[in-house]
This record gives sequence, C-alpha cells and structure tokens, in this order.
Amino acid sequence: MTLHTPSSPADLAAVVAEARRAGTPLAVAGGGTRSGLGRPVQAAATVSTAKLSGITLYEPAELVIAAKAGTPLREVTEALAARGQRLPFEPMDHRALYGTTGEPTVGGVAAANVSGPARINLGAARDSMIGLKFVNGLAEDVKSGGRVMKNVTGLDLVKALAGSFGTLAVFHEVCFKVLPVAEGERTLVVAGLSIPRAVEALSAALGSPFEPTGAAHLPATAGEAARTLIRIEGFAASLTYRTEALSRLLAPFGTVETMAAGVSAAVWAEIRDAALFAATDEAVWRLSVPPSAAPALAERLAPLSPRLVFDWGGGLIWAGVPAAGDAGAKAVHAATKAAGGHATLVRAPDAVRGAVDVFSPPAGPLMAIQRKLKASFDPAGVLNPGRMYPGV
Amino acid sequence: MAIAFPAPRADVLAKRDRVVAALRAIAPGEGVITEEKERRAFETDALTSYRKLPMVVVLPETTEQVAAIMAFCHAEGVPVVARGAGTSLCGGSIPQEDAVVLGVAKMNRVLDVNFADRTMRVEAGITNLAISGEVAHAGFFYAPDPSSQLACTIAGNVAMNSGGAHCLKYGVTANNILGLKLVTVEGEIVEIGGGALDSPGYDLIGLLVGSEGQLGVVTEVTVRILKQAEGARPVLFGFREIAQAGQTVSDIIGAGIIPVAIEYMDREAIHICEAFAKAGYPLDVEAMLIIEVEGSEAEMEAMLARIVDIARRHDVATVKESKSAMETAAIWKGRKSAFGATGRVADYICMDGTIPTGRLPDVLEGIDRIVKGYGLRVANVFHAGDGNLHPLVMFNVNDPAEQVKAEHAGEDILRLCVQLGGCLTGEHGVGIEKRDLMREQFTEVDLLQQTRIKTALDPKWILNPAKVFPLDAPRDEAPREAA
Repeated sequence: MTLHTPSSPADLAAVVAEARRAGTPLAVAGGGTRSGLGRPVQAAATVSTAKLSGITLYEPAELVIAAKAGTPLREVTEALAARGQRLPFEPMDHRALYGTTGEPTVGGVAAANVSGPARINLGAARDSMIGLKFVNGLAEDVKSGGRVMKNVTGLDLVKALAGSFGTLAVFHEVCFKVLPVAEGERTLVVAGLSIPRAVEALSAALGSPFEPTGAAHLPATAGEAARTLIRIEGFAASLTYRTEALSRLLAPFGTVETMAAGVSAAVWAEIRDAALFAATDEAVWRLSVPPSAAPALAERLAPLSPRLVFDWGGGLIWAGVPAAGDAGAKAVHAATKAAGGHATLVRAPDAVRGAVDVFSPPAGPLMAIQRKLKASFDPAGVLNPGRMYPGV
Repeated sequence: MAIAFPAPRADVLAKRDRVVAALRAIAPGEGVITEEKERRAFETDALTSYRKLPMVVVLPETTEQVAAIMAFCHAEGVPVVARGAGTSLCGGSIPQEDAVVLGVAKMNRVLDVNFADRTMRVEAGITNLAISGEVAHAGFFYAPDPSSQLACTIAGNVAMNSGGAHCLKYGVTANNILGLKLVTVEGEIVEIGGGALDSPGYDLIGLLVGSEGQLGVVTEVTVRILKQAEGARPVLFGFREIAQAGQTVSDIIGAGIIPVAIEYMDREAIHICEAFAKAGYPLDVEAMLIIEVEGSEAEMEAMLARIVDIARRHDVATVKESKSAMETAAIWKGRKSAFGATGRVADYICMDGTIPTGRLPDVLEGIDRIVKGYGLRVANVFHAGDGNLHPLVMFNVNDPAEQVKAEHAGEDILRLCVQLGGCLTGEHGVGIEKRDLMREQFTEVDLLQQTRIKTALDPKWILNPAKVFPLDAPRDEAPREAA
C-alpha cells in the first residue's frame, strides 16, 4: 500500500493526476478515525491530508474559521474555545465506536458531514460550511464559497461536497461559520416514558419557543428506567425562565427534573458519540426519519431485538443489532424506507459492509443523478471508488 | 444595454406553432399564453431595465404537466425559463425570444402541515408569506423572510437561496429546506429528501437550492417550520462616526450575543427613509443600526441592556429602545421601505455584495469613492451582522449615459467586495446582472467544475439560458461519463 502525504495543494493535484494517468484508484484519508464508515474501498494507494495542516483564518468577530483539511479538529475547537466560540453542529467523535486512535480532522468532518445532537437546532456540518477548496478527480484545484456567511454566487458546490465521503474530491481547506458558546446549558429529564410518549414529549419541547439544542430519548434497560432529555442553552436568567416554562409544558408527561450541573455535558457527549455501543460487538445502524415515524419504526425493528437510542427529537435513531448474517440490512432498509427515511450501517465487519447496502440506495432516477454528479467531478473513478455505492 | 443576450435561434422560432400546439395539449384551457400583450407581463422581472418577450408562456397546474412540458422541450431543444413571481432583482427570470416561460404560479397549494415534525409540504408556486400565513394560527412560521415575501414564491426562494433580515439567527433558504420534488430536464419526476433532517447520497438539495433554475424545475418543497419567539423588540442606535457603528457590531458578536437582525443604514438612507416613513430616525448621525432581539420580556430586556451597554462604549449618539408594538413597527417601517422610498427620490440599482464584517469601514469608504467618481449618489442599507450589503446606486433612467455609469459603479462596488474577501452576491443571485463578473470571483477551473455539473444535468443547456455563467464560460462538449 502506497501512502501519499502531499504538503501543498499543488502536490495533492500531482498525486491525483498521477493516479488518474496510471488508472490506479486512491483511497482518501484524513485522520483515519472514521475509516469504517462507508463501504470498503479497494485501492492500492492512499492519499492522506496529514501534511495539509493548520488554521489559515480565524476572525472571532466575524464568526468564521478556516483550516487546512488535515488539521486536527481538536486544534480548531481549542482555538475557538479560547475565544468563547464553537462549531455549532457538535460533531460526533467516532473513535469510541470504532475503537480507533488518532485525531479526527477538519476534512473528515466535512467529508462525512458529521453532526451531533445540536443539529436539531443549529444545523448540520453542511449548514456551517461556507467555503471549500479541493482537488477533483481531474486533478484540478477548485474552490467554491468563501469566508463570508451569505454567499449565493454560482452553484453551491460546498453543499454538494459535504458528506460526499471523498468520492468527488479531496478537500484541502474548509471554512466554517461558528457561534459563541452559550453561557450555560441545562438538561431537563422526564423518566419512565414509553417510546411513543417520549417522542410526543420531545415534539412538544421542539415545538415550543424555547429553542432546545438537544432532544433525546434513552429507552429503558434492564437496570435503568427510560430517560427523555431536553437541553436548553443561554444566559443564566434565560435558563431559569426557560426551565420553568418547559417544566410546565412537559408536566403532562411526568415529573420533570433538572440534571445536576456538570452531568449534562457528559450525557450529551455520550449521545453524540453513540457511546452505548462503544464496547460491544453489535452492528450499529444510524436511521434518519421524520420524528413522528420513529415509534412505529422501533416497533417494526423489534424482531431484531435492537438496542435503541433516539436523538433529534426521534428523527435520528441509533440501533445496535447482532452483527451476524447481513446485520439486519434487508429488514432495516425496508423498515426505514417505509418510515420515510434512510439507513446507514455505521459499524459492521468489512465483509458485511462489502456485501450489503451501507447507505440506503436512492431510487432509480435519483441514483442516476448521483452518478452524473460523480462523473462531473471524477469521471475516471479515481477517488474512493465504491465508498458510497457500487461505482460511486 | 450593457448585458448581452444571445441571438434567438432561428430553428426554435421556426417551430413556434408546433411548440404552442404541444403545450396546449399538455396544459389545456388558459394554461398557455400566446397573445403578445399578455406575454408582455412576463418579459422582465425586478431588473426592469432589461426586457425580452418570451415565445410563449405556459402555466401548468400539476407536476405531471411540468414533466410533459420538460420532456417535449428537451426533445425539441427549446429553451425553458422557469418562473415564480418574477421578483428577481438580478434578472434571474428574464426570458428570451426563443424561450418558453414555465410559470409555477398556479401550483400554489399547501399539501401537508405536520406540526409534530415541524414540517410543511407545499407546491412551489405558493408565496413565501402564505407559507407562514398557513401556520400562523398555531404560532409557527417559515423563517427566511426576503423583503419581497408578500409576492415572491418558494420556487424563486429555492432557486436563489433567498435570505432576509432575520437569517443571522435562522439561516437562509438552504438551511430550512428538507425535501424537493424535482422535474429533470428530460421530464423525469424525482423525490429528494422529505421529512427527515438528511437524505441518502450526495446533498442534492444543497446543490439545487441556489442553482437559479439551471439544473431542473422544482414543483414541490418540504420546508421546516418553527415556533415563533414569545416576543421581538428592536433598539435603534445613531452614531456620529461610521467606525463606531462597525465596532459596535463586532463587539456585540464578540460578546457572544447573536441578535436576530442587525441592520445598518447610512446618512443618505436614513434621510430618504425618514422623509418617507416618518419613523423618528435621527437625522444628525452618519450611521444607524437597528438591532432586534427575541424571547420573553425578561430575556429581551437583559439582552438589550447588554447591547446598549456595548453601544455606549462606542459613544452612541442616539438610543431608542422600542417600548411598544407601535414603536417597533415604526422603527422597522423605515428600514423595510428603504427600496420603495429610494425609488421615490431617484431610479436606482440595488447591489448585493457581501464582505467580511470587519471590513465595513473600508467598503463604505470605497463605495463612496467609486460612486462620487461617477458623479452619482448612493444610499447604503446593509445586513450588518452577516456583511451582506445593499448599496442603492441612484441615477436618472431617462439619461442613458447615467444608467451606464450607475451599472459601472455597481460593478466596481462588487469588484471591491471580492477584493476585500467577500463575494458578488449574498442573497439576490447572479442571474444576468452579475453573470459577466463571475471571473472576478472564480478561476477558469472553478467555473469549469460548475459548468460540468450544468452539462451533466442539462446536456443541451436549455434551462434558464444565458444566466449565471459568462456566455464564454469554459465547458465540456458533452457530459462526462463515469468509468
């Protein structure tokens, strides 16, 4: 396995040009902490962004930060934290789930459109990405967007590339809009709710004017009662007011308690990282559906005896199932589709991920558009071939 | 006329009768408009200095009709200009003589309201304000609020990725759309996304929003709706120096406060708007800010107190905190009537660049220099929180030479925006207006990657022709095929 570590956009373009000329596909790597996400890629060489590193722009008063793609995410979050700011989309850290080491990178977060619980209110990574520089499969160094948060000049390639898993281009610089860290956060808890009641409670909270930035449900386990969690953020007086208002709103669902200070952040980090499944050998699915469809979907998945965690008000379901056979692929895809959503097999052995649909396949004409898009960035199929779908 | 249109294709004009007959078979009754005086209503949009009479106008009532129209036009190689309400400020829906205008205005139904999931599915021809109107009884709203929201359609908002005064907090159209029903140029109907927060595969919604009718025709949209805040209240600041206003904006954001709106007006804009709206604006200042916060009474008071405190540190000359709904309405009335009020004083072209907010004093100085250099006047209204500028360059439309000067001044202003690290357009779109300036912001390969996508999804380039890309933009001859 050849490893290329270009240290400039020009070097990166040269690596892609050579791969294209030789007809040898490239696997695209950032920090490698999420390499189990997607279908296994067959490539004799890897291009890594490790040497494309460093923050290139940070203007706190303009709420904007840009960094080279190989920059460890930690560098960015620490720089932001030092000025009381953060990435709004609360990116998941996949290391515990995959048992990987190393550092997640800015480019990896962008390429996988990695978000977390705050997505329900503050948007996904794609909503915060305002500029991108990349080398496409034709070895051209291209830019889209920029460093200003309002920009509709030309086609929005930034969004087309967010979540493209390295199959369209290798990113070398990403620009994000950022937000201030809230002065405080508080988490309200209702215990003992069934899944349908929990989703109703979350829906009531999300349909209130109190702007929850987290809305999750952890179903009952053998040792613990179910917990329905709602996170709010703001300055002290606002938190006090909103806690009271939400408690009144949620009173019909049960006793509302406030989580002890200090516990809240840790609980949301566990939800963000799907920590429930970290130390197990289950296959892990991520299901994205309209929230009100979640209870029926959970019911339909019951024959698989899944362990479930609900985020995004019920719209994001983590499901751990036995990894044997097809890891439930056929049943999960069918049930999720019927629920109006889609499924991703986030963790399973390579052999399983090579054999089943890791991502729900878009329907006929939609798949044709995906292939046209792939061809317009990477006609020879040099970059991460097959990471998303066969041939894509 | 500074902006060139390609000559109409004789082969297309020659088959006008056949095109009309085919469209009549698809959209019967009054769905096809052929009379010249009725077609005149579609010859321009809000960029009224440019006009082109379309060959024929069709107003379908269903997605299936749209699909049949596209299949026919694609097979025949007939250009199609999709149109919402025709409120584009950049000429995004100006037709051409050999084009079919496909108006979606008749497709304006609400298809589904889902309060539990906070989503709503609508046909593309519904107006922006009607979406919010449909759910207002339950205290919900659709967030992006372009100034033209009474008239503009969600179809146009999707095409242009429209913003508005409140997108500092709520984001632009792209951040508020979950699903689209798309008719491809070949006439296939494709459902993308829906009620979930993301959809499988590449982010086609992200690509289509803001694509200015270049890639397909959207007939249905699933939008996110939000619960209205408990209250909203603006404060008005007047400053004797422009830099004080700029520094106040920076410090508010630096202090971790994100208001829902931060609007900036310069002396000229203040005087024009005050004369029209009698809003009680201070006339002895160089710059004015309107800053709005949302929440409960106590929350708004706490936030406004901090904001006022920051402004006082920068020697704010006038502070007017709204104490009532009437005062709130008065403060906003002036700002919201800025375009109309300026139109009473002079003709104007409205620019739409964006700059890094820290460069506000530089850009104002530059705009002043540019406009004076052409012997013209300008009124500046900005969305200051996100750096989106709307300089209104004033001229006399009856003086062709002055109109040319105004267009040149506008172009110079946009060049300045790009030089300062910003972009050509923040929320209005490229259309025909900024098409020829695209090379200011993009290299040849940047443009080529965009035109490759265009060619992939519209191989004959019949959708909304001669817009967005310079007429001589680089492009591949045929779509690239995957290996």
